[in-house]
Amino acid sequence: MSIPADLKYTESHEWLRQEADGSITVGITTFAQDALGDLVFVELPEAGRKVAQGEACAVVESVKAASDVYAPIDGEIVAANSAVVDAPESINADAFSAWLFRIRPSNAGQLAGLLDAAAYEANVAK
Amino acid sequence: MLKRTPLFDTHIASGARTVDFGGWDMPVNYGSQIEEHHAVRRVAGMFDVSHMRVVDIDGAGSRDFLRHLLANDVAKLVPGKALYSCMLNAQGGVIDDLIVYWIEGDAYRMVVNAGTAEKDIAWMGLVAQKFAVTLTPRPELAMIAVQGPQARAILAQVLPAQAALIAGLKIFSGAFAEVEGAEWFIARTGYTGEDGCEIVLPGAAAAGFWARLKAAGVAEAGLGARDTLRLEAGMNLYGQDMDETVGPLESGLAWTVDLKDGARRFIGRDALEALQSRGQLRQLVGLKLLDKGVLRAHQKVVCAQGEGETTSGTYSPTLAASIALARVPAGVAVGDTVQVDLRGKLVNALVVKIPFARNGQALV
Repeated sequence: MSIPADLKYTESHEWLRQEADGSITVGITTFAQDALGDLVFVELPEAGRKVAQGEACAVVESVKAASDVYAPIDGEIVAANSAVVDAPESINADAFSAWLFRIRPSNAGQLAGLLDAAAYEANVAK
Repeated sequence: MLKRTPLFDTHIASGARTVDFGGWDMPVNYGSQIEEHHAVRRVAGMFDVSHMRVVDIDGAGSRDFLRHLLANDVAKLVPGKALYSCMLNAQGGVIDDLIVYWIEGDAYRMVVNAGTAEKDIAWMGLVAQKFAVTLTPRPELAMIAVQGPQARAILAQVLPAQAALIAGLKIFSGAFAEVEGAEWFIARTGYTGEDGCEIVLPGAAAAGFWARLKAAGVAEAGLGARDTLRLEAGMNLYGQDMDETVGPLESGLAWTVDLKDGARRFIGRDALEALQSRGQLRQLVGLKLLDKGVLRAHQKVVCAQGEGETTSGTYSPTLAASIALARVPAGVAVGDTVQVDLRGKLVNALVVKIPFARNGQALV
């Protein structure tokens, strides 16, 4: 299962991509969508909401179960991907393309504490 | 270690994700369970149901035994016909739901659920002591369910020597057939709301037959799809929609209880009749969620008449909405709006007629 080297990861199976404007794009990994199964509903946070690292701020629901998605860093939500709300199955199809929300980080130092691809891979292999 | 059917290696080779189901290591899905569900409704899909248990029943007292054991009445069967029935305890609670076929003469074949098989066989053995009957569990047999609008046509292709038998099989009937020198049993029954068959065959023949069905275009389908299909079809799941603490009348199964012969004092009948005369029975109804989200089992249902609880819930691919079965107070009616506690939030659901879908079409 692919774990792109240019992304950061959390233990709770979120991925992060740093954008040119400093914002962070967040989604869930291929491993997570495979464990959840067919996704049927997605709830995303509203732009403007302030979130803390580790705070549940989105929900992905599959036929099997509902699962919280956690903010990987402190910051403010600046965008939510309405396309996945209309087509949750796109997350199953390509989890690294089907982003969920974007955060403007308030504490850039937190990024260093997240997992890189190798560390996430080791985590998943356990 | 979990029990495995003769098809376990086949499932793993096909990439199935497996789960512990009643002590058996069974496939949940091979890929997308929603695609497996659609395959059954649109073409044909197959399920390994070898974990369920066949019990053959014979002896001069077999009919009397079954008429005492079961809430439905085998006396109304013709040879080859199947009967869906609950088996009750003395308090009128459901020990299991099952299908029994009258083969011919004194011979019957019963199929019981996997998780309850040992319990059922022990119970039946006790009850059988008063009757001239032999019970023969058949754990060496496998069972494959092939379901969907093309199921029987494909089956006739894969078993050309049985094509006439398959074409002539009436709904809810079964017949023995000799296949590759062995005894198979083909029944026009299923747990999906589609046409199709359930085939009982020697364990050693299962993998080869599964491979031929797959090559002929039947999709492999797991327990995930099995659950969304049966719930759409309004079919109960033992252990969820009913158990030993509740009876058929409060589980949407009054239609499976035959009280016509007043002299037939089957186990649990007295308790059922007492409940009936008390009145104000709870009822099992269908719910369709009007908001986003997925209904699950054990969620509180708030009705004008009082509180109830969902017994089964899922996302319905055919309806593209969430559906559930719920046990609610008397007086709740189709067309009512009720509230369900979905992860701490009250959401609106519509009480609808069951089944939710049949023969590929949404009904509600």
